[in-house]
Amino acid sequence: MLFNIFAGLAVLSALLVVLNPLSRNPVTSAMFLVITMISISGLFVLLGAYFLAAVQILVYAGAVMVLFLFVIMLLDLQEIARRKLNLVSLAMGILAVGALFLVYKSSLESTYGEASQQHEVAADADQAEATTAKVVGSTQALGQALFSVGNGFILPFEIVSVLLLVAMVGVILLSRKEPG
Amino acid sequence: MNIAAWLILLLPLFSAVVIGLGAFRSRKVSAAISVGAVVGSFLLTLLLIRAGGELRTSVTWLEFEGLQIDIGLQIDTLSKLMLCVVTGIGGLIHIFSLGYMKEDMDFSRYFAFLSLFVFSMIGIVLADNFVMMFIFWELVGISSYLLIGFWFDKSSAADAAKKAFLTNRVGDFGFLIGILMVWAALGSVGFADLSNALSGETAAVTGLAGFLIFCGAMGKSAQFPLHVWLPDAMEGPTPVSALIHAATMVAAGVYMLCRVFFLIDGTWAMEAIAWIGGLTSLMAALMAVQQDDIKRILAYSTLSQLGYMVMAVGLGSPDAAMFHLSTHASFKALLFLGAGSVIVALHHEQDIWKMGGLRDRMPRTYWTFFIGTMALCGVPLFSGFFSKEAIIDVALQSNLLLFLVAVFVALLTTFYMTRLFIVAFMGEPRSAQAKRAKESPALMTVPLLVLAVPSVLAGYYNAHAPNPLVLCASLVMLVFGMLVANTVYSGAKADPLPARFVWLAKAMRGRFWFDEMYQWLIDRVQENLAKLAEAIDRRVIAGLMVRGTHGTTELAGRVLRLTQTGNLKAYAFWFAIGMAALLVFTLS
Amino acid sequence: MEPLLNHYLLVSGALFAIGLLGVIVRRNLLIIYMSLELMLNAANVALVAMSRFNGNLDGQVMVFFIITVAAAEVSVGLALIVALYRKRQTADVEDLATMKL
Repeated sequence: MLFNIFAGLAVLSALLVVLNPLSRNPVTSAMFLVITMISISGLFVLLGAYFLAAVQILVYAGAVMVLFLFVIMLLDLQEIARRKLNLVSLAMGILAVGALFLVYKSSLESTYGEASQQHEVAADADQAEATTAKVVGSTQALGQALFSVGNGFILPFEIVSVLLLVAMVGVILLSRKEPG
Repeated sequence: MNIAAWLILLLPLFSAVVIGLGAFRSRKVSAAISVGAVVGSFLLTLLLIRAGGELRTSVTWLEFEGLQIDIGLQIDTLSKLMLCVVTGIGGLIHIFSLGYMKEDMDFSRYFAFLSLFVFSMIGIVLADNFVMMFIFWELVGISSYLLIGFWFDKSSAADAAKKAFLTNRVGDFGFLIGILMVWAALGSVGFADLSNALSGETAAVTGLAGFLIFCGAMGKSAQFPLHVWLPDAMEGPTPVSALIHAATMVAAGVYMLCRVFFLIDGTWAMEAIAWIGGLTSLMAALMAVQQDDIKRILAYSTLSQLGYMVMAVGLGSPDAAMFHLSTHASFKALLFLGAGSVIVALHHEQDIWKMGGLRDRMPRTYWTFFIGTMALCGVPLFSGFFSKEAIIDVALQSNLLLFLVAVFVALLTTFYMTRLFIVAFMGEPRSAQAKRAKESPALMTVPLLVLAVPSVLAGYYNAHAPNPLVLCASLVMLVFGMLVANTVYSGAKADPLPARFVWLAKAMRGRFWFDEMYQWLIDRVQENLAKLAEAIDRRVIAGLMVRGTHGTTELAGRVLRLTQTGNLKAYAFWFAIGMAALLVFTLS
Repeated sequence: MEPLLNHYLLVSGALFAIGLLGVIVRRNLLIIYMSLELMLNAANVALVAMSRFNGNLDGQVMVFFIITVAAAEVSVGLALIVALYRKRQTADVEDLATMKL
């Protein structure tokens, strides 16, 4: 039940981000994107990834979307927002994406289809049972997976921190006024 | 001994290199090095001859699957004889050149080329395999090109050099194919290996190969139909004519035939060689009768004598050919150097009708020239007599028709040489230069005197009692030829023959229009071939292939460029399509 | 009924498709950026679901990294958009086709 709500909400508001029949305003899109993010974090909770759900809300719905709104306000894109949607490109987009989605869906069905459903369910249930203990203490487990030296991800973690630093320097450089 | 053999080969090369690298600044040093090198080679040759026996030494140069190429020296009777001729006469010609080229600007360059030529020639003589021989063969070609075109600012000399080189190339092409055929058939290029491989087998496989190899000799020894370059090559300095076009280079073809005689022996190529030799000797003798340039007469005479030698090889007697080669080398070099002496004395006047009366003014030249003429005509007891008799004897024994040709050529030889001698040296001077002529310096006359010795005596080392019939025939021809020439030309102011035998004289003077025929042939065949090739190049290669490739590429580029819209949305669209296609491809 | 792996994957695919559609259809660079974020989140959903149903935490770790990198990417990308807007006074991709010949 909860899954249906969150999934439906996510997909619907995502659609409204991209193709909002009532508004071309980027602010509206950004708002719907926030709803999508929150719904996705709800899905994360359903999947037992509590820590990630929190991070999702903090980083995306919080920081990233604020940044987006900030830039939208900064650029003041009112005029551009009124441009019409190109119907040809809309048709082509729907065609291409529809084809891609249908192929994906059919491949999903052939992999997790009705015939193989039964024992898949059993296997899933067993595995879910076995991993529940781990997943319950999810934040702790994730922390151990991330920071344990040896088989953990400590090195990528450090590298990502360097990446963030580089991004920060880059952003400062890019958003400076032209020198001279 | 090995070292001596290598030194013989390398001394002239050393000389050419040293002169080329810096000694050319000093005329004296370059001349000394060059003369020293060739005399050194000559002395070493004498040493080898004294030591006797045969000598083979080689180093491997290249080795492939099924082909080993050596740089090897083969010293046997044949090559010793030839070495003697090349270095001995070459040495005298070097010394003669000191006088003849005294006033030339490019004295040092001349001696560098001369040394290079001697090196190449010795390479041919000593080569113990076909590939090495071919390499030196080409080196001789290029150094003769350099020497004929020595006065390259004279356009006739430059053209003659080109003509000689290109004509030789035609023959060399056949030579190369012949070598390849021999290698393909017998799996080796070394003379010794080939000789072993052939022993006991019929030589039938190598009939065509033999003829193709003879093509090389045809070019170098100026045999019909590739004889056209030799008379023109007289544009070079006279000592060069003596060295290249009398004693050594043109003899290389005959020498090569003798060297590989075992390959062609018994094949149909022999017949062809004999007839080509006979034809050349007859034709050249006829042409010589009506030439006015002293060097050209000698050049045609050389052609004719080379025809004799080739005929002798073709008739199965390389010994007779080599015998005549060695005697001819000495007396023809003598004649050429004598002509050079006359030419210098007359300030480069070469027309015999502007000479005359040189007998008293240039006694030493006169007497040595006289000896050379006697030897060439085959007057008994002179060297040419024995060697010529040997060839006519061979002809008599194997082919009556060629015997008649040979005898007739002997008559013609006597006739044109007597004509030359009488017109140039006897009678009254017919020009101001001839009146003022003085004997050449000792530097030039001493080599003449030295050469006169073998011209007389060289026949005795191989002398044998002549066949009475041959003796008779040649004596009759000799006397008859001399008498006729004497009556016709004694005291004549101009050649009386053209007036009496209009057409014949014209044909002889026009050298039977070979050059014109070749010109016509080239105009017709080569021009059209060139046009065809040009059309193919222009239409098919440049048009269809090059432009076609370029056009196809550009068309493809233009079409593909349509997809590069620079539009982000289009890229995203293609990305989606591509990913869908990829999924279908991998998952289905 | 408990949702299964394929349901999550279907949601993930739908979100990805919508994001791609946005990139193709929309011309506003900011909206295209939001669409990109949608696609990244779709991948996140798939990864977390896989992690859950395979009982392996590696997927969650990967999502953690993706969120971090996406944050960096957004900051750099938005800075680029701002710089571009300053120079060209537009945020429309069809006005930014200078690479085209």
